[in-house]
Amino acid sequence: MFRAIIFSAVLAGLVGGVTATVAQSVRVIPLIRAAEVYEQAARAQPDISEIESHDHAEGHAWAPQAGFETIITTLGANILAGIGFALLITAALMLHGDVNWYRGLLWGAGGFASFALAPAVGLPPELPGMAAADLMGRQAWWMGTALATAGGLGLLFVGRRPKWAVVGVMMIIAPHLIGAPHVNAPDTGLPPELIIEFGIASLVANLLFWAALGIASGLLFEKLRPAP
Amino acid sequence: MTENTENGSSVSQSRSRENERIADILPAFAAVLLGGFILYGVGFAGADVLHNAAHDSRHAITFPCH
Repeated sequence: MFRAIIFSAVLAGLVGGVTATVAQSVRVIPLIRAAEVYEQAARAQPDISEIESHDHAEGHAWAPQAGFETIITTLGANILAGIGFALLITAALMLHGDVNWYRGLLWGAGGFASFALAPAVGLPPELPGMAAADLMGRQAWWMGTALATAGGLGLLFVGRRPKWAVVGVMMIIAPHLIGAPHVNAPDTGLPPELIIEFGIASLVANLLFWAALGIASGLLFEKLRPAP
Repeated sequence: MTENTENGSSVSQSRSRENERIADILPAFAAVLLGGFILYGVGFAGADVLHNAAHDSRHAITFPCH
């Protein structure tokens, strides 16, 4: 059974990763490149030298060359993320309800809500050089929010008991009552329109990513799982 | 008599269903662990090489990045 899950998730991750890379190349990646121009310009000014502290360390460690290498590493990272998320979707498909493309799409919608939409409410999708709070704090809030939302949605839609549904709603709301970490880094002068456009573009690309992942996971696991 | 056999078969059926359930939970749990490990590497790990390679993907999938 485990082999079937792995095989199915790897193939679904490939489908999702390729879909994401194509979707991102329309607006998301060009906006990241545009933001980096502002980031470089801000770094060149001596009075905002604190930005240096959350530098990419590009000069020290290996980094992909702009162009072909960046496209390949981004595609690879998107596929790996796709495999990781597809493993979660496939586990969910296996444990609850039917296994088909539509069920996969529903689990994918849950994944989008938990891992993209809910964290974006408190932490707007980040462009390079955007003013932001301490990384560890943001990562912890992001992870906590994603897990609480996934758990809450699970209780709401899978639990089927009024009491559990109330707990589910509380889990979904709680991270936003606690609040995302506050900004403490200097602004690098990114135009607000760029940040808003990036937020919309990245959520749209993520929606396509999760839809492809969900449908592919459902279809593939339906075909590949061992017969009962 | 017939009632008894019916009861007996439904008990063994529900037991085998329970076994199936347990046989499903372990691989599903392993899949979630492996998925979490991969996602940590792609989205969160601090190593510069990993960060640089996954940079655009981290921003695009809206993980917090640098």
